[in-house]
Amino acid sequence: MKIAIASGKGGTGKTTLSTNLAMFLGESESVVLVDLDVEEPNSHLFLKSELLRKEDKMKMIPRWESGSCTLCNECVELCNFHALICLGNEILIFPNLCHSCYACSELCPTHSLPMEAQKMGELSHFLAHPIEFVEGRLNIGEEQAVSLIAQTKKYVEKHFYDETITLYDSPPGTSCPVIESIKDADFVILVTEPTPFGLHDLTLAVETTRALGKKFGVVINRYGMGDDAVETYCQNENIAILAKIPHLLEIAQCYSAGKLIYPEVDSFKQALEEIATFIKTLSQEEVVQ
Amino acid sequence: MKEIVVISGKGGTGKTSITAALASLAQQSCVVVDCDVDAADMHLLLQPDFAHKEDFYSGQVAKIDEMLCRNCGRCADVCRFDAIGFKEGHYVIDELLCEGCGYCARVCRPSAIEMRERLVGAWYTSKTKYGSDMVHAKLSIGAENSGKLVAKVKKEGKAMALAQHKSLMIVDGSPGIGCPVVSSLSGANFVLLVTEPTLSGLHDLKRVYEVVKRFRIKAGCIINKSDLNATVCAQIEEFLEEEAILHVKNIPYTKAFSHAMIQGQTVSEYSDPELKRLLEESFETIKQTLGV
Ligand code: SF4
Ligand code: SF4
Ligand code: SF4
Ligand code: SF4
Repeated sequence: MKIAIASGKGGTGKTTLSTNLAMFLGESESVVLVDLDVEEPNSHLFLKSELLRKEDKMKMIPRWESGSCTLCNECVELCNFHALICLGNEILIFPNLCHSCYACSELCPTHSLPMEAQKMGELSHFLAHPIEFVEGRLNIGEEQAVSLIAQTKKYVEKHFYDETITLYDSPPGTSCPVIESIKDADFVILVTEPTPFGLHDLTLAVETTRALGKKFGVVINRYGMGDDAVETYCQNENIAILAKIPHLLEIAQCYSAGKLIYPEVDSFKQALEEIATFIKTLSQEEVVQ
Repeated sequence: MKEIVVISGKGGTGKTSITAALASLAQQSCVVVDCDVDAADMHLLLQPDFAHKEDFYSGQVAKIDEMLCRNCGRCADVCRFDAIGFKEGHYVIDELLCEGCGYCARVCRPSAIEMRERLVGAWYTSKTKYGSDMVHAKLSIGAENSGKLVAKVKKEGKAMALAQHKSLMIVDGSPGIGCPVVSSLSGANFVLLVTEPTLSGLHDLKRVYEVVKRFRIKAGCIINKSDLNATVCAQIEEFLEEEAILHVKNIPYTKAFSHAMIQGQTVSEYSDPELKRLLEESFETIKQTLGV
């Protein structure tokens, strides 16, 4: 079963929940945590892990072969992302702008633009006893996050059985990378906090999740710090609140030191238990279907 | 006119609250720009009036004309983004998946595919509750290329600040370290890094500073919630010294941020004299560095 942990925005406690929930569930189930926040993967900071495997992740970009090129300029005209220009007697390629659509390569009349793999980032697979942990990491300055997210998910699908609980730590926001990371999830947990910022970002995240037709529930983090507008919103919209994590200085301190929280803070562990119970009912529903 | 951009690398550090506080201190001497177009929040504190709205188009999206389509499937064969599927006897394009490369349109013999401009969001010019002008935006769900919308918002803000002879433009920068944050940094005179003393705060600060360095912009840092973890706070201070980043201020952990937010106020108007003083001093330091 695949569960994506998302939030409209960074800083709501998504990574805290992902890492702690993964380790907690890992005590009784087979769990893999996948950090899909490939621009800034942070889950590893909270896990003691041992590297099992590392792979370079590639994207395909054209390489210009000057010998056969007739400088007809067709490729330059057809690239919608302006990744090719003709300068004097040369075709220049800007790999950062290329979306790997293959159009120039396959439509070049003289086949002078073969596609070649270029490194865009890395995938690392760790053992973080008792769970396994996979992280995608984009090179700085690289823009095609969606492709690396898709490749990371593919790796996980290949290496883990269906009965494993897969937790995706999704990127923040509501744009393409988030969509890629939640589009095949069985369930989405939206993490929010009880403030006007939290509520505003939650409404955007709910809109996105609904647009994709996904089942979802909300976890309110830092419960007690603000007002009850998030709860009221969830009630009015018929959204299940899976757990409320209290606003405690102890939790913030554990987090700041990169420590797991549930072994130290009881109320946090209770919240995880509530979420775990919910996840188990979900997987039973699946069996019934 | 000088441009201050506030960024944090990581979310949740109080970046937007601090930017809004600076904007409220600057009052009408500044134009405010919200570049966090993915999840713009600053309007909750500055209450702009959304007076003027314009749609923003960027990139393209493919559309099949069913009347012309002969169902040959060539388009689906060439699409590398799995955006073209076959449903109920027709080839259809999933707009969320289409990247707008235009390959399909080039191979369709009956020219049944039209490439259209893609609506990716809207941008607004407003008056804030302080009477200053503000430029902000909202990205549509699932849209990419927020970098272009960020660039647009910044360009409009700059034109406005210059036309009105303002001394400052205060920008709430984009989150992360990708393309949007690069767009929000371009042209800045000063970058204010807002961080918090947590391991991930430090980690992200280092990563985002790599981006800042490439632009050779003067940088300063506010450590928010500075008393949360003394060890990490000291590590951040060390990093600032190594990199010769101006250490603007430490702001201790306080509930005033969330309390002010709930009342729709900026932290500098909210009645916490100590916090107000820290922010005023920070603003003075930044202004002195910029010579405004
Ligand atoms: S389309 Fe092919 S032959 Fe024409 S300019 Fe480009 S690379 Fe050269
Ligand atoms: S593969 Fe597509 S995006 Fe890349 S250069 Fe060729 S036409 Fe442009
Ligand atoms: S290539 Fe053109 S005609 Fe063929 S299925 Fe696609 S849209 Fe229809
Ligand atoms: S424009 Fe490109 S991405 Fe969009 S449907 Fe056509 S081939 Fe696919």
